[in-house]
Amino acid sequence: MNKLVKLIITSISAITLALVSFTSSFAKVDGEYIVLGSAISLTGKYSSNGVHTQNGYNMAVDRINKMGGVKVGGKSYKFEIIYYDDESNPKRAAQLAERLIKQDGVHYMLGPYSSGLTKAIAPVTEKYKIPMVEANGASRSLFTKGYKYLFAVLSPANQYLEVAIDLAVEKNGGKPVRIAQAFEQDAFSQDVRLGILDAAKRTGSEIIIDDKLPKELNDMAATLAKVKATKPDVLVVSGHTKGALTAIRQISEMKVDVPMLAMTHCDAAKLSKQHGKNSEYALCASQWHKNLSYKDKFFGTGKKYDKDFKKEFGYAPPYQSAESSAALLVFKDAFERANSFDRDKVRDALKTTEMQTFYGNIKFGPGGQNTAKPMILFQVRCKGDTCENKVVAPTKWASDKFYHPIPKWSERG
Amino acid sequence: MDFLIFKAPMLMVQASLDGILLGILFALIAYGMALQWGVMNIINIAQGDLVILGGYIAYTMYLAGIHPAWGVIVSPIIMFFVGWALYKLVINKVVDRDLFISILATFGIAIVFQQLMNFIFGADVVVAQSGYGTTMLFDNSVTLPNSKIFSAVISVLYAIALVIYMKKSRLGRAIRATAQNARAAKILGVDTEKVYAATFGINAALCGIAGALISITLTLHPYVGLPYTVRSFMIVIVAGLGNLPAVAVSGMGLGLFEEFADYILGTEFRIGAVFMLLVFILVYRRFKLSKKREYLK
Repeated sequence: MNKLVKLIITSISAITLALVSFTSSFAKVDGEYIVLGSAISLTGKYSSNGVHTQNGYNMAVDRINKMGGVKVGGKSYKFEIIYYDDESNPKRAAQLAERLIKQDGVHYMLGPYSSGLTKAIAPVTEKYKIPMVEANGASRSLFTKGYKYLFAVLSPANQYLEVAIDLAVEKNGGKPVRIAQAFEQDAFSQDVRLGILDAAKRTGSEIIIDDKLPKELNDMAATLAKVKATKPDVLVVSGHTKGALTAIRQISEMKVDVPMLAMTHCDAAKLSKQHGKNSEYALCASQWHKNLSYKDKFFGTGKKYDKDFKKEFGYAPPYQSAESSAALLVFKDAFERANSFDRDKVRDALKTTEMQTFYGNIKFGPGGQNTAKPMILFQVRCKGDTCENKVVAPTKWASDKFYHPIPKWSERG
Repeated sequence: MDFLIFKAPMLMVQASLDGILLGILFALIAYGMALQWGVMNIINIAQGDLVILGGYIAYTMYLAGIHPAWGVIVSPIIMFFVGWALYKLVINKVVDRDLFISILATFGIAIVFQQLMNFIFGADVVVAQSGYGTTMLFDNSVTLPNSKIFSAVISVLYAIALVIYMKKSRLGRAIRATAQNARAAKILGVDTEKVYAATFGINAALCGIAGALISITLTLHPYVGLPYTVRSFMIVIVAGLGNLPAVAVSGMGLGLFEEFADYILGTEFRIGAVFMLLVFILVYRRFKLSKKREYLK
């Protein structure tokens, strides 16, 4: 008897398993759902930005599904995303990408968070010829490998702070400037550095300090002491949120006077909230700001997106969320133009994308990077104790004037 | 290589002061490690993570509107019990085993702590503001954040208090007796189990103090504990166990070394230089030991 029960249970589970694997191997389009896959950092060191990314994806999925879905071959489909937690670990991310593609039968991928993880996944999606639209891997090296199935809605990392150098030269009456820079030793920050090197070469500017910060960085007093001694025209710092927070803390404590301070990750680090007035005048590179005048029919303007996102998730959307939402708009557009679920047709459609979203214009270059959207710079400005990010460049969207030079610490209240 | 530091004497002064102030803080963490290493023969890989946890306690107070400097009193109290609980849960099972087992156990604790902190406090880098301002020396050319001076002073005060406690109190004497010979101490009526738990608690409390100080001088993140473990390991190796003055000197020495490595080799080699130094010291020690052994033969 017992044996019989066991046998029945075994056979039932075997059949269920077979069924599950059978259905999931055709999961690319499941009934009325188009299934997308994404490995994303829900735990580990990227978990906060991973969640911003996921919220951005989810918000766009809801919105598109509510507004009629994706029309392919005269039928309306809805988006659905399978998520796995990659634990902020590149190896795990690559494994999960394999699992999504081979076991879950996903035929279209959304990117993970960070350049490093995107770099880990891209070879896998490329191998299986799976189109991937990613929104959080800006490293230039992603776009020089000749990947054919990778598309990024964001501007590449080398463009992050190039504008800042141009701005410094402009403020210097068109004359070359002296640059001090400190970058973390990771793919992204080093790409930002390459951008600065290009800009310096172009403008004839001189780099007088070129420090690399370790991954475990929490003290950059030595770099700042050198800055104090050499008095450069611009100080550029990029080392993710840790770099931004450490820099502001120590610049204010060491009273380092520098006419211009350009950084990345100010909004992710919640700089104006964590450091308040000490962060004033910092110039920050950003992919997106709610005040920009782009719009689309799903989210309306950036301001509207900001409002809706706040209502849904209870906090203001960082640019990581906005660009993630934009990735789904791109997919929708590509599916409709391809009018097919054939991977190569979708890929070809992605390649010829030319559209405007609330996040910015999107058009992919030969390497898959977005060439249609410039980076913007904002400056932290404070009124009393509340600080805000004001867009100051490029001039087309500038809501406020760029404040230059930064007043000396002895003159700041 | 950058020799700017040798051209500007003020940079030299700046680097030395920064290094010494930071070194004193490292020495405090290292003293905790030396204490428990000496008493229990356990190398605590989770040392740095205990430090960061202590920092998060101060940060939580800061969020609640209490000045984070009070963390140097609250954090060690909480951390003492965390340490005590850790001993009762995990360490007492490995305390008599060989060093490898205890390293493995504390490594496990480190991972659990990192994940827990990530889960509770999030993966964002955070700072607590002390608002202590800056001391300017030599016509503003050398700047010392008061928070760093504060942390050095607090570290020294706690270290002195601990030394006196170890010399004068009953528990302190019991700890020292256990460190010298656990078996003999047990025979003479010392409750070694209690001594071990207290030692682990005191070490965690020291980490708590250091963490609170780090929250106002540097930055906090769930995954930055390891460099603190490595630094304290190194200081202890140089100084030897149970020798507080040596720990203090070697702590400051390490701070100076780091700061100068930063100026000369570049910031990217700052922590790398510490690892290199560690390798050199270990090789040198081995070399010296092997000589000694030959002599004994």
